[in-house]
Parts: sequence; C-alpha cells; structure tokens
Amino acid sequence: MPPSIEVQHLVKRYKKGDRNAVDDVSFTVEPGQLFALLGPNGAGKTTIVSILTTTLTPTSGRASILGLDVATQASQVRRKVGIIFQNPSLDLNLTAEENIRLHATLYGLYPFRPTYAAMPDTYRQEVKRLADIIGLGSDVFKPMKQFSGGMKRKLEIIRSLIHSPKVLFLDEPTIGLDPASRRNLWEYLTTVRNGNGMTIFLTTHYLEEAEQSDMICIINQGKVAAYGTPEALKAQLVAQSYLLVDSADREGLRTELTRAALPFEETPRFKISLASQSAQQIIRRIETPLSLVKTHIPTLEDAYLSIVDNDND
Amino acid sequence: MTNLNTILTVAYRDLLKFLRDRPRIVASFVFPFVVILFLGESLDASIGKAMGYDFKLFVFTGVYTQTLFQSAMMGIISLLDDRDNDFSQEIFVSPVSRYAIIVGKILGESLVAMAQGIGLLAFGILIVIASDANISLSQGLGLIPVGFVACLLGGSFGMFILPRLSSRRIADQIFPFLILPQYFLAGVFTPFENQPRFISALSVISPMRYAVDLTRGIFYHGTSDFSRIVLERPLLNSAVMVGMFGLFLVSGTLLFVREERNR
Repeated sequence: MPPSIEVQHLVKRYKKGDRNAVDDVSFTVEPGQLFALLGPNGAGKTTIVSILTTTLTPTSGRASILGLDVATQASQVRRKVGIIFQNPSLDLNLTAEENIRLHATLYGLYPFRPTYAAMPDTYRQEVKRLADIIGLGSDVFKPMKQFSGGMKRKLEIIRSLIHSPKVLFLDEPTIGLDPASRRNLWEYLTTVRNGNGMTIFLTTHYLEEAEQSDMICIINQGKVAAYGTPEALKAQLVAQSYLLVDSADREGLRTELTRAALPFEETPRFKISLASQSAQQIIRRIETPLSLVKTHIPTLEDAYLSIVDNDND
Repeated sequence: MTNLNTILTVAYRDLLKFLRDRPRIVASFVFPFVVILFLGESLDASIGKAMGYDFKLFVFTGVYTQTLFQSAMMGIISLLDDRDNDFSQEIFVSPVSRYAIIVGKILGESLVAMAQGIGLLAFGILIVIASDANISLSQGLGLIPVGFVACLLGGSFGMFILPRLSSRRIADQIFPFLILPQYFLAGVFTPFENQPRFISALSVISPMRYAVDLTRGIFYHGTSDFSRIVLERPLLNSAVMVGMFGLFLVSGTLLFVREERNR
C-alpha cells in the first residue's frame, strides 16, 4: 500500500519571489495518520497544501497522493482528496444546501438538478442527515450569509467529506473560531477519523491541535526544521525540564543548594535543571522547608518555539 | 455526461446568483432603455431621416447585441471575484475538466445576459410596433437565438482577456478600453461606412462587429433595408464567430489554468 502522501525534495519559487517559498522539503504520511505541518506565517505551509491538492505546480521535486503524482495525475488525485481551505470557500450567495449540491454534482455523486426537490431521494436523505449532524435542521435552506463562522467551517468540512476522500487536507481549519466551536469541530473530525480511518493533513497555529497528531513536520522559511512524533520533538528539549522550588528561608535554601552542588538559577525562585537527575532525587537532598515545589516539562509549544528560534539564529 | 453535469452546475450557479441580486437586475434593465430612448431618439431626429431607414430600430439592434455581448464578457470577470473570495478553489480542486468549468461559466454568464436582455427585447417589440418597418414575427423572434450567440462570443472574449488580468481592479481599468472602441468599430450606434483604412482594419478584428452584424442580418433579412444596413452575409458572420469562439475558449482556458497553477 503506497503512503497517503509522499513528498520528495519539493521546491516552489513563485514568479515574483526572490527566494524559494518551499525549499527541498521531504516527508511521508502513512495511511490513517494525523499529520501536522507547523510553521510561522509565511513558512510555506499553504504553498505545500496547494501543491498537494494540485492547484499549484511545483518548481521541482515530486509529490504524490496514494501513489498518484500530483503534477501528472492531477485529476485522479482530486478524486482522492478533500480540502478545507485556509479562507472559507463557500458561496455566500447560495444556501447551505445549494453549496452541498454544487459540490456533490461537481464530484459526480449525483446528476445536476436545478432544485432540491428534483434531486434523488438518496441525496435528500443525505442532506437531512448532514444537517442534523451539524445541528442545522431546516436552516440548511437558508442563505450562507446568515451563518456563524463556526457553522460555516463545519459545513465546509461536511461538504469536503461527501465524496469520501481518502486524504483530508485541513489548512488552519479553526482559525478565527471561538474555543467552543474549535472543540466541537475536533470532536466531529475525531469521530469521522475513527469511523473511516481517513488520513488527515493539518496545518495549524494551535499547538494543542497538533499535540494529538501522529507525526509533526515543522517548517521555517520553506525548509524542514524538525520532523518526528510529538514525543520525539519534545524529547529533544529534555534539557529544558526543570524543578522550581522556593522557601520562606531563602538564604538557608541558597546555602543548602550550593553545599549540595546542585546548580540553580534564581528567577527569583530557585530553578534547578532536571537534565541530569530527577525531581525526586533533588528534593530528597533538600532539608530546608519548601513553600513551593513545581516541575516544568517542555510542551510541544516549547519545542516548536525552540526549533523555530534556533533555526532563525 | 460528467462534463455536461459540470457545465450545467457551474452555469446554474451564475444564473441563481443573478436572480438573487435585485440591484443588478434593476440596473441591467434600466441602462439599455435609457440608451435606446435618448440616444436612439436623438440620432433618429438628427441623422436618421437622411439615412432613409428607422434609426431607432438600427440603434435597438446594436444596443441589444452590445448589451448581451458586454454583459457576458463582464460576467466572466467574476472568476476573478471568485478567486479573491477563494470560491474558485472549491471549483478548481474538483475532479472535472477545466474546459467544462469554463464552458459552464460562459454558458452561465450568457444565460444571465439573456435574462437581462428579456426586458430589452420587450422594449424592442414596442419600437417595432410603433415603427412602419416591415419586420415579421419570425425575424423578431430570431433575435433570441442570435442574441444568445452574441453572449457566447462575448463570454469567450472575456475568457480570452481574463488570464492577462491579475485582479478585479485591473480588469475594471482595462475592460472599458476593450469595450468602448468596439461600440464604434461594430457600428452599434452609427452606421459603419466611409471609415479611414485603419479604423476599417481594426473593425475586422473587433468580435462585437460580427455579433452586431449577424443580429442585423437576421433582423433585416428579406427587407429593403438589408443591403443598406448589413455589412456581411449572416453565414460569413457566423463562420467568423465560431472561429473566434473556439480560439478564445481554448487559448483563454489554457492560459487561465496555466496562470493559476504556475503562480
């Protein structure tokens, strides 16, 4: 079984660009994985998504979806993928149902009919089912202009899944959504993914969304800055784990730490690195009564910021 | 079958959008009335008598065709709006022929233009009734298919120009330069005769000329005014229009898709 996505030495330079927007990027996404592509604004994330979804031609390199070349087998690739664009791509002049119908007929799932009533029963049942899933009910026949941002996003996701894509691209899908809408959207996506084993390719600025992914690729200035599982990326930062302690007798604690040869940094609390010993080992050696004991383990966000900062230096 | 599905889907969306845009409907009905009423009456009073035929009818046939041609042409610019609104991404990532999408777009804008032309046609019938011109019902009805053909040519001409425009703002600046000269080169308001050689040469490459002349060829067919008004035989105009349509459609689509993907 070919990988869901395979990118090899991909390069893209825009006509008016003075540098490569994507510069020798390679990665692989296996079937069923949730893959997160992270990077600061302008890093090249949307460019990569555009190339993989066949709306942009690469300058060099190769990219394939389920073994199909995106440059030479574009039409077949389009049948296999679903896309949620960074900017909403709904037609606000149409109703929600008309947007769904437009997508369904373009993908050849149903023959064109000018009205909902003239569409086959199977289509009408499907629309009712989808409208219930996103809590639209009969509002599915109202113009899109009346919908909230969260509802529009959800409709886009539902629309993109109608043709049962094998790979779903989500380009910053929750940008501009309130926390409740974001959570709601991810619950729905998780349900869908668990149900059909679809591969999801995600670009996002929200690190907690990427935390649940199987693999992460961090790109910066068009190049791959890091690539691996969330745990592996965080593990690179193990040296940044530390123990934070404090005491009412600060002078006593300072003297004790110095005598025990435990290197510390006053921030003004006492920050002790966990790179070479565990928190328990350190605490066991302290007799001064402590008013604060706190450990800090690097998050994905720490890893991301560290990788991007180091890369920029 | 798939391509037909795509063409109808894309075309229907444009028609639906138009039917829901009331200000656009009103504007599209009012403007040609004003042109025919004021310009037609004025020209009829000043030079119409000297020409020896009903000048209001002459202006009507010109404005009718020009309105349809221009409306379809301008409608194609909405592809730029779609691109700016990111809706075109949804259409262009679907697994359908790019030609089917563009043909659907041209068909859709042609239907929109025809919807706009209905009011104009009704107005024309009143002019015919009020005049003493010997125009039969079939000649009048002939304006419907010939108008649709003008729309298709206008739409394809818009598609031919579109890939060279990077934004709606540039399109709004460029299109008047492409449209206004054609009013005169096609003889929309005034007869195209006794022109300097370079104007005549430019007229030959003006797509609107063939659409306007074909309309008049059908409308004045069998009347004594035919030889005084119509420049070329309808068959020749039709052949040129078919050739131009094919050229504009193929080169416009190829360039548009290439420009979109090779940014």
